[in-house]
Amino acid sequence: MELNQILAEAINNTKASLWPAFAPELILCVTIFLLLIVRLFNFASRMNVFWIALAGSLVALFYAAPWEHLAPGGELPRYELFTGMLVYDSFTVFIRAILILFAVLFTIFTRLSGIPDKYDSADFYCMVLGAIIGMCLMASANHLLVVFMAVEMASVPSYALVAMQKGRRQSSEAALKYSIYGAGAAGVMLYGISLLSGMLHTAHLPTIAVQLAEMLPAMGGSEKMVLALAGLMIAVGLAFKLSAVPFHFWCPDVFEGASAEINAFLSVASKAGALALLVRICLGIGLIPSTPAGPPPAADEAVAMATLNAELGIGTAAFAVSDSLDDANEPSKSIDVAAAPQVLLAKGDTSTAAVSVGGDNLAPVRTFIAYLVAFIAVITSTFGNLAAYGQTNIKRLLAYSTVAHAGYMMLPVPVAMMLAKSHPEIAEKAIASLALYMAFYLFMNLSAFAIVAFLRNMLNSEEIADYAGLVKRTPGIVVCFAIVLFSLVGIPPLAGFIGKFAIFASLAEGYQASGFNWILMLLVFGGLNTVLSLFYYLRVVKVMAIDPEPDRASSTNWSMVSMGGAFIALVTFPLILFFIKWDLLNEWTITAARNLL
Amino acid sequence: MLESPTFALSLLIFFPALSTILIALMPKNQEDAVRWFTLAVTFIVMAGSIFMCLQGGHPLQFDIGESGMQMMVSKSWIPSFDITYLLGLDGISFPLVVLTTIVSFFATIASWSIKKHVKGYCILFLLLLTGMLGCFMALDFFLFYVFWEVMLLPMYFLIGVWGGPRKEYAAIKFFLYTLAGSVLMLIAILMLYFNSDLTKLSPAQLASTGVAQSIAQADEAPEAAAGRLLQEIAAGDHSKHTFNILALSAMGQSTDLFDGEYLFGWSLQRWAFILLFIGFVIKVPSVPVHTWLPDAHVEAPTPISMILAGVLLKLGGYGIIRICYPICPQAGYDLAWIICLIGVVSMVYGALAALAQKDFKRMVAYSSVSHMGYVVLGLGVWTVARGVPADSASMMAALPDWSSYWNMGVKGAMFQMIGHGVSSAGMFFMVGVVYDRVHHRNLEEFGGLYGKMPVYTALAMGIFFAGLGLPGLCGFIGEVLVVLSVWNFSGVLAIISAFVVILTAAYILWAIQRVYLGAEYKGPHEEELTPINFRECCVAIPLLILAIWFGVYPKTVFKYMDETVDAQVQTLADWTPSYVEKKAALAAEKEAAAAAATAATPMKPTTPTASTTTLPFEPQREFGEGRSLSDGEDLFSKTPQNDSVTQLQTASN
Repeated sequence: MELNQILAEAINNTKASLWPAFAPELILCVTIFLLLIVRLFNFASRMNVFWIALAGSLVALFYAAPWEHLAPGGELPRYELFTGMLVYDSFTVFIRAILILFAVLFTIFTRLSGIPDKYDSADFYCMVLGAIIGMCLMASANHLLVVFMAVEMASVPSYALVAMQKGRRQSSEAALKYSIYGAGAAGVMLYGISLLSGMLHTAHLPTIAVQLAEMLPAMGGSEKMVLALAGLMIAVGLAFKLSAVPFHFWCPDVFEGASAEINAFLSVASKAGALALLVRICLGIGLIPSTPAGPPPAADEAVAMATLNAELGIGTAAFAVSDSLDDANEPSKSIDVAAAPQVLLAKGDTSTAAVSVGGDNLAPVRTFIAYLVAFIAVITSTFGNLAAYGQTNIKRLLAYSTVAHAGYMMLPVPVAMMLAKSHPEIAEKAIASLALYMAFYLFMNLSAFAIVAFLRNMLNSEEIADYAGLVKRTPGIVVCFAIVLFSLVGIPPLAGFIGKFAIFASLAEGYQASGFNWILMLLVFGGLNTVLSLFYYLRVVKVMAIDPEPDRASSTNWSMVSMGGAFIALVTFPLILFFIKWDLLNEWTITAARNLL
Repeated sequence: MLESPTFALSLLIFFPALSTILIALMPKNQEDAVRWFTLAVTFIVMAGSIFMCLQGGHPLQFDIGESGMQMMVSKSWIPSFDITYLLGLDGISFPLVVLTTIVSFFATIASWSIKKHVKGYCILFLLLLTGMLGCFMALDFFLFYVFWEVMLLPMYFLIGVWGGPRKEYAAIKFFLYTLAGSVLMLIAILMLYFNSDLTKLSPAQLASTGVAQSIAQADEAPEAAAGRLLQEIAAGDHSKHTFNILALSAMGQSTDLFDGEYLFGWSLQRWAFILLFIGFVIKVPSVPVHTWLPDAHVEAPTPISMILAGVLLKLGGYGIIRICYPICPQAGYDLAWIICLIGVVSMVYGALAALAQKDFKRMVAYSSVSHMGYVVLGLGVWTVARGVPADSASMMAALPDWSSYWNMGVKGAMFQMIGHGVSSAGMFFMVGVVYDRVHHRNLEEFGGLYGKMPVYTALAMGIFFAGLGLPGLCGFIGEVLVVLSVWNFSGVLAIISAFVVILTAAYILWAIQRVYLGAEYKGPHEEELTPINFRECCVAIPLLILAIWFGVYPKTVFKYMDETVDAQVQTLADWTPSYVEKKAALAAEKEAAAAAATAATPMKPTTPTASTTTLPFEPQREFGEGRSLSDGEDLFSKTPQNDSVTQLQTASN
């Protein structure tokens, strides 16, 4: 094949299959490029690069087009990109839409709160958008190498962002803690990945499931042990990103050290990406997809692309473990075939065979993952809620609240794992409830940290005690903060309740269908935690609304009638508006979770 | 459009909430304007509800001859979760709605004494009103839960911001107790929802419960829509689950959907009943979950105490009668003893605690605990009112039909809720009047108010006597009906509950003696003891008039609830024999199986597993057969057993 021909085909393929699926990421890349160029030629002094970042993320949001792909009937088939590195389905669309919507709102927010000053903004937005790309990749990861790269791509800019406030010792300390902790967790995770792919001779998630299903029955105890160890090690990396107990220690310190803007970024975007990744890995390892990942829109082109990639040597086979390449005997052959799944699946006949071979051999894997995630989820939410009690700094308090909410959002995952085979529709609903919670969580936490940031600008303090009697000076902001905090508790008529309701409903339905008592325990713990969490959120409200104003109160007033106030209203009112009509969003999430199993 | 119930009921609920937008736009210093506006809003709401009381044949007026739901509103809200916007009124909810609007109106007049942050106060007060009205009218479980929780937030702030010295503690305690109860309720709601199955209901039931209306097209008959709904469910286009409280009640009574064993050997019904009952009984409140009430009352400002005692406590009783019993009748039957006991213990404990109080308002608060015990007891006497809990259907049939006693108990409980709503609101207001003047509530430091405030004392005595349950006043009717109905069930409980009347008389008379009588006033601020003013009279006099009116002519209240309570009690009474028979059959089966097992074990000692594995199946099968008999039963048709009962009764007459 001549080079020209290859290039032409590559371009055609890109146009046909890559662009519709990968456009938002590409646009964000271009935006980053522009931001850097602008800085290079010193345009930055003449124009604010904020506009570039905003325009870039808006265009990316337009191309992410959740309204198109998630509308009822507009279902996407699930297909793989880059020879199985990424998977593109409606879940990707949903998470990506959340992330990019967050990027848009976040860009506006940082502009209004003024945290990156004029000279920092180019760097700041570069890193934010870069991390967003990493998180988008996390949401669509289909291969353990992408998992690792995406996690790093999201983490490394975050370390730098935490340290963004130059000259503030606390920030530097936080960044150091964060990066050391992150490096450690990433190392452990990489070790787990290498163990897993070494044992199973592949790093491609669906293939891992197929391999596991084939190899598991023949495995001895020690091999299973190593597998479990690999799983736990990967879980360490994920738990770090999720700030799940016992890998949450960085969270309060980093949140206290970093500015409120970065906290918003870490608690919303980073968490959304990590949860999506959790879903991807759990379902990817524990389940052979019943709807095989079909080829990209044009079937013959995809096959051509796969062969093309194979010829260029950048196919999945290249990532197959080296020892299997060295061995010339029979197993390695089969692995090579399995490692190029796109070719296989495009033919469409072997995949069904693989499913039937898989049978229920994977049930122990799913049970293992389900128990692990359920245990961590319960511990995380309980610990987060209890630890939040003693906090006097609003950012630390919200950090623990973030930890607790990560626990809530993990609750549906074990249900989905346990019921994936027997009741796929319930499992899909469980994932949908997670997605729904995530959507509301975006507004809740973005609004909470935006308020903290604006209050910091006004009071020069982030101590809860300094919020005393705030209701007299800025009633508007107190009302908004109260709405956000009550929404975080999960009290109707606020959107936070819907998320909680959906998650609890999926747990109840899971219990109903399976009869596992531990799922009922999850439900009870979820309810108990809701009551627990009331105390500390309410304490903040109490300080603002009930406590008397301190005598030495500064006279600075802050009016809701300002750009900042408008922004707070913009992200707070959806919490009420969604409650009136959340049917559409609910249907979007159900569509997003469809075809996932 | 104005005559459509959708618009009218929604307006009644949301008008107060919408008017808060206008209040928010009013300037801060115009406190009087804000107050008058709030008063106008509550007056309009009250006028609306009183218009509905009138019997003029207008479509928006409550028809006392109708036992089912009236003015039903059924609109699809969140179809992907089967949540509907379902509202309606019947004889159980309508009197409470009217009570809510009346008490709120008078509480608004009482709110003139609030001087701090008037604007915020009025906004929260009106939001609270929306929550209360919505809660009484909602018939969709999700919607009910939402309104239930909507009341929490304004109440927290109303106690926490405008309350007394320990307001923060009281406010968070109130919030926490109620939230804990409502989380349990949420779990029960989800359990019931996922076990519900609309296909088990007949089209007629689907039509009467409003399930079908939410999908009905314009001018489509409900029955036709129900048929279409069943087809859609069969085709998988529509979920079979529902949050509709009426449909869930029909399922609880006429199907075996909630009968299966759920956890630790208890049926789903029983679990749901217990979870819901705890949630409601916290609100009532009954011993031992009553401790939030005295704190909340003591710290809350006067008008909020009026609302709290006059309306919020009634939501607990309303929840039990509307949700617990109809949806989980079996559990209600089985646990009747415990419920009655909780009621009696609350009555006695509340009265004794009231006797021990030094704080005037705390005493009134404990009297609420005691009085609301009558409500729980009256609702609980149900099945037990059929004499001893019968072991078999034959035994049951041999007994006379006592369902009229249960009927009496429920009506007594309902009347007690209304009567207590009037008298306790009045009592709290009367305490507030004197507190506004002398700023203390210590019972030991009053005395001689008769001389200084004669009009006030006369009014207060009238209202306190109503709370005491003096014949001719509103407290009497409810108490006497409840005590009479209990007599039949357990002489001991009846004697105890009758004895509580003496305790009640003791603490109220003693309080009157210490506060109003005596030669001289013993406390501080004697010079502040000015006669009652016109505004305060505007609250006290109407409440006293209501208390006398309801006591002398209770039919004013009863005529609205009679039909509905009769129908609901009759339905459940008709249902009871079949359940007793089933239970007896099941027990006999179990006994037989156990006997067979013991007989079989010595013969085949080597195979114990065989006998243990067959055992669970035997009763299970019988169980299923017993159930399937009831599947065909219509909710409103009488069962054969009951006919024999009525024959017996007529024969004995």
